Amino acid sequence: MAGTTVVVTGLGTTNPLGGDVASTWSAALAGKSGVHTLENDWAERYGLPVDFAAEVAVKPADVLPRPELRKMDPSAQYAVIAAQEAWADAGSPEVPGERLGAVVATGIGGVWTILDAWDVVKEKGARRVMPLTVPMLMANSSVANVSVRFGAKAGAHAPVSACASGAEAVAYGVEMIRSGRADVVIAGGTEAAIHPMPLASFAKMQALSTRTEDPEGASRPYDVARDGFVMGEGAGVVVLESAEHAAARGARVHATLAGVGLSADAYDIAPPDPTGGGQERAMRAALTDSGLAADDVVHVNAHATSTPAGDGVEADAIARVLGESAAVSATKSMTGHLLGGAGALELVLTVLAVRERTAPPTINVTDPEPGLRIDLVRDAPRDLPAGPVAALNNAFGFGGHNVALLVTSA
Amino acid sequence: MAYSEQEILTGLAEIVNEETGLPVEQVTPEKSFTDDLDVDSLSMMTIATLAEEKFEVRIPDEEVGNLKTVQDAVSYINGAQG
Repeated sequence: MAGTTVVVTGLGTTNPLGGDVASTWSAALAGKSGVHTLENDWAERYGLPVDFAAEVAVKPADVLPRPELRKMDPSAQYAVIAAQEAWADAGSPEVPGERLGAVVATGIGGVWTILDAWDVVKEKGARRVMPLTVPMLMANSSVANVSVRFGAKAGAHAPVSACASGAEAVAYGVEMIRSGRADVVIAGGTEAAIHPMPLASFAKMQALSTRTEDPEGASRPYDVARDGFVMGEGAGVVVLESAEHAAARGARVHATLAGVGLSADAYDIAPPDPTGGGQERAMRAALTDSGLAADDVVHVNAHATSTPAGDGVEADAIARVLGESAAVSATKSMTGHLLGGAGALELVLTVLAVRERTAPPTINVTDPEPGLRIDLVRDAPRDLPAGPVAALNNAFGFGGHNVALLVTSA
Repeated sequence: MAYSEQEILTGLAEIVNEETGLPVEQVTPEKSFTDDLDVDSLSMMTIATLAEEKFEVRIPDEEVGNLKTVQDAVSYINGAQG
């Protein structure tokens, strides 16, 4: 419906900084790193050049009952944990199932399930494969579990766009409400890919940091010594709601999801278009969608994965769209890169930044790239202006997917 | 090795507990998987798959639907032991 305002009434996450929103936010403001050396011998056994990653701070087994764990890949477990928190945070809205939607994305799907099941087939034969293997490995498994759990009958969708997936899910959720298909949507992204196979592939692409002697310092967006991203895992989920529906039930509103912008590079299956043209178009589209001016945007949570090629392209695109005055945070420096969960976790952090008027820090930037045309928030959090503020959350993915989400203070 | 009926019952109860969370003491011979233990058809296939591995027997897929009660399963597994 034209003119429908979409607000965020619930936030949830489980990620390397914390098992919920409050612990995540305080760790982010404190500039903590969620990256550590892994407690397994993958690197040695398989010849991986990395032996570190950003694992979830709270194991699902400490949160979910064992029979439920057994029926979900870790990626879906994270999604359900984050969705439960977001739903409770929203006050468990009473909404008919037909007016409740779910959009939960992943970049890969149930990578642990699919690879474990193949091992079983090879080693023990087809009879030993568990019947739920396919429902657990499919990329829509997370959203299907969320839909079933919360009775979301307006539609359950799982956009797959690599590392833009989580943000694209939120964009799709906004569109569901605007188009009148739903009053409330549970939206977010999840990933659980800290497994030797994806690590091997990303390493072979030279996309991963190999700073094994300093895992906590390995994710260093915009630093001259950055050498790749650090694999993370976890989920971010928000509850989106039409402003009208939220007001009618007296809901507490965290922020407004004022604009979405999507584009594709149509350039390469992996690296971004080096001109940043696609990223720029996504950001401009989000601005246009929101009706705001570039000057209104005071904060950006950048995609900024800490790869040598990617960060500079994005920084230039941000500078072209917004100028050089917005405070830019690169929170992957602390969380690692959640792939399909990244855009959603970072949206949660962007909503918090707008609500709390605080831009989280970017850690590990000891020597910023020369000629950087953005105002990077380093080391310590920075206060954002009082009064109405707007912030942009960027998420870009392999294949040239670009998503920008524009959040304004409620 | 051959398992006694009691050992099969105990092992089966552990599998049902893993799958459903039901306490092992509730998994008694007269219980119906569907009506009493709330085991759906896919969970029943999972339980049968785990039981095959645990007791080193074969439970054909088409046979699983006939195992209505815990005793049905115990008896089938007992009879299927080589």
